[in-house]
Amino acid sequence: MAHWLDFIEQNASLPEWPYPVRYNQETHVKTDVLILGGGIAGCHAAISARRKGVKVIVVEKGATKWSGSGGAGVDHWLAACTNPCSQVTPEEYTEQVIRSSGGYDCGPLRYIACRESWDALLDCERMGMKIRDSNGEFKGADFRDEKTELLFAYDYKNKVTLRVYGYNVKPLLYRELKRSGVEIFDRIMITSLLTQGGKPGTRVIGATGINIRTGEFVVFEAKTAIVSTGLPGRLWTFSTELRPSFRDLNNVGDGCAVAWNAGAEFAKMEQSYNDSGPLSYLEYGMGNAHNTWYGASIVDANGKEVPWYNRDGKELNSIAERFQTAPGQKFMVGLGERVPSDYENQVNALAPDLPERIKKGEFVLPLYADLSRLSPHERRAIFGLMVGNEGKTRIPVYDALTKAGFDPDKDLLQAPVMPPEAYQQSNFWAGMDVPHWRIWGGGGLVVDWNLKTNLDGLYAAGGSIFGAGAHSGAAASGRYAGRHAAEFAKTNSELEIDKIQVQREKARVYTPLQQHKHNIGWKELNAGICRIMQDYCGQYRSEGTLKTGIRLLKELRESEAAMLYASTPHELGRALECHTLLTVGEIVMRASLARKASSLYLNFSRLDYPSVDPIEWQKIISIKQINGNVEISEVPFNYHLRPPYSPVYLENYQEYSIFDDLDKGGSIK
Amino acid sequence: MTNNKVYMVPNPPTPNNPIEFDDKVCNGCNMCVEICRNDVLMPNPVHGKSPIVLYADECWYCGCCVQECNREGAIKLVHPLNQSVVISWKRNQTGENFRLGMHNPPPPNTRPPSV
Repeated sequence: MAHWLDFIEQNASLPEWPYPVRYNQETHVKTDVLILGGGIAGCHAAISARRKGVKVIVVEKGATKWSGSGGAGVDHWLAACTNPCSQVTPEEYTEQVIRSSGGYDCGPLRYIACRESWDALLDCERMGMKIRDSNGEFKGADFRDEKTELLFAYDYKNKVTLRVYGYNVKPLLYRELKRSGVEIFDRIMITSLLTQGGKPGTRVIGATGINIRTGEFVVFEAKTAIVSTGLPGRLWTFSTELRPSFRDLNNVGDGCAVAWNAGAEFAKMEQSYNDSGPLSYLEYGMGNAHNTWYGASIVDANGKEVPWYNRDGKELNSIAERFQTAPGQKFMVGLGERVPSDYENQVNALAPDLPERIKKGEFVLPLYADLSRLSPHERRAIFGLMVGNEGKTRIPVYDALTKAGFDPDKDLLQAPVMPPEAYQQSNFWAGMDVPHWRIWGGGGLVVDWNLKTNLDGLYAAGGSIFGAGAHSGAAASGRYAGRHAAEFAKTNSELEIDKIQVQREKARVYTPLQQHKHNIGWKELNAGICRIMQDYCGQYRSEGTLKTGIRLLKELRESEAAMLYASTPHELGRALECHTLLTVGEIVMRASLARKASSLYLNFSRLDYPSVDPIEWQKIISIKQINGNVEISEVPFNYHLRPPYSPVYLENYQEYSIFDDLDKGGSIK
Repeated sequence: MTNNKVYMVPNPPTPNNPIEFDDKVCNGCNMCVEICRNDVLMPNPVHGKSPIVLYADECWYCGCCVQECNREGAIKLVHPLNQSVVISWKRNQTGENFRLGMHNPPPPNTRPPSV
């Protein structure tokens, strides 16, 4: 009797909501540092702030022990420039990534990630995460450093990306939160930021939230807050029939919407990526040669192997060469950074003309990943170490497939069968892109060298910052922002919250409970919002489509969204997420209107401004809103290296980073 | 065909059964309920019984409930059919084809992941 329908049929009555229902009840909590989002960035932020001796609260919509985009594990630790084996400096890595991004990237975030991601990993090791091959399973492998027992990925010479055993990273972070005395508020969805005098654009002094199990309203009063919520995932596509599951359903941009309403400044909001939406396949669970499966041999239906090539189009004759740079190449950045691949940074890859060769009949579908062609160490590193520790692989892939009999020593794992064009890139499980189905790009908060936003008292970490991406960057920026927020809390007094601001928000969040059930529910509204985003803010945009899209979102907000109903505290949370999606969608459209040019780097096509990255538009467009007025500004690419900052990365880091006893300061010894 | 009473119920949510409990192993401790990020699972009103899969349509297929559970085999993650039907592999030596969820699966591969 494990299904709701079984229960109904056996009991002929509806099971009562299992949690106490406390609509309208209000709880007030006070803290020094308030962390919004208990994922990887939020947990590291909380731990480092707490180390400074201040009171810290983490607010998390799910359950901190396992939630967040990185909650189900991690296999690659990127940008570990300061690990003892690295042949790449933080400066080289940062500059390479910013060049590869065409300049549209967040310099402070990138540099801090390069400086501190290794330190963050050592933090994880102290908490109990395994980061070394201490039992010698991979002894003698090309990718193992015999002295440190560290394991590397992609580029075995430069050793800047690590392979780690991070399946349990979240339970370990959770245990450390508890041990160090961080207070955790699970199942609370943040609905607004509280500001000085209740006015937008002023200092952030708290937040409101709603408990999505009980419906209780919670008011957090804080000296300072850190936004560490994830990347929105339900804006362009939403389907519970065909299950896309790359992004957690909880990720709708709560942090983004509340910060926007408080007057925070955003950048890169016009960026999006191609996506296959609900047509994607099981992540890391089908034959491919990308990321976690990088280096895998791919064969066709007749066992003919698809060759690998380096960046110069030279066919690679050995498997070992797949993990080596091309002649003259400094280093490979590796995959997973959400940075465009270019001549300088690219990894080796399967035949770039594979689609054409499939069409001509040279390779016959289906393709398979044949790990038996790799050495036992490489095979085990892919299926055993990487698949086994990466997010959503230990149970969904490793456990599911091995229990069903899959054995990488004996079996070829099939790749999805798709139109030939889909084999252009080796991440086959991502499926075939549909032009209008987009996924969130690099949009996020603008931050300075303190990882502070334009609002006093408001810091950001991880996916909330523009240009952010990987797990290790979330960890590094979290611990850095945590130190700053703690320092701010020590030197600033608490301010009285504005009761009217709280009451206005309280009235808003309970509206869906007062609607008729024959109005619209959250799933239908979500799908409607997605349709607007697909059609009016898809691959191709123009002033006409964007203005229409903004009008339609506004109409939805005033009509369907105003009549949205919710039957339970859970549905209330999902309903409020639709309001968030409306806000986030509007920001994306307004930012898209502001960029009057197309951009290759931003994956941004304006039909009415087809010129691609013209020199006058090579700048970051920032956007914020004060009292309903949208303000657009220009931020130069190198804003982080111009006065008042130093032109030298390291000098800025030394000037602005706050160090503590445990933290040796980005491995500056 | 039994003479069970028939009720008016809505169509089953899709995917139908992302999480399956083995009632003989599960002791209804609700640890999985406590950590599911999306509240897919609800505690059973009958104490000691396995949780109710209420929001099947919100499962992220992360498998954290299985990892959290300390009773081996109590919880099984089941991929939706539109995913599992194409997760297939071919045995190099024999050319046999296998599929996740097939009726007569080969014996399991018991090798654990790297630790």
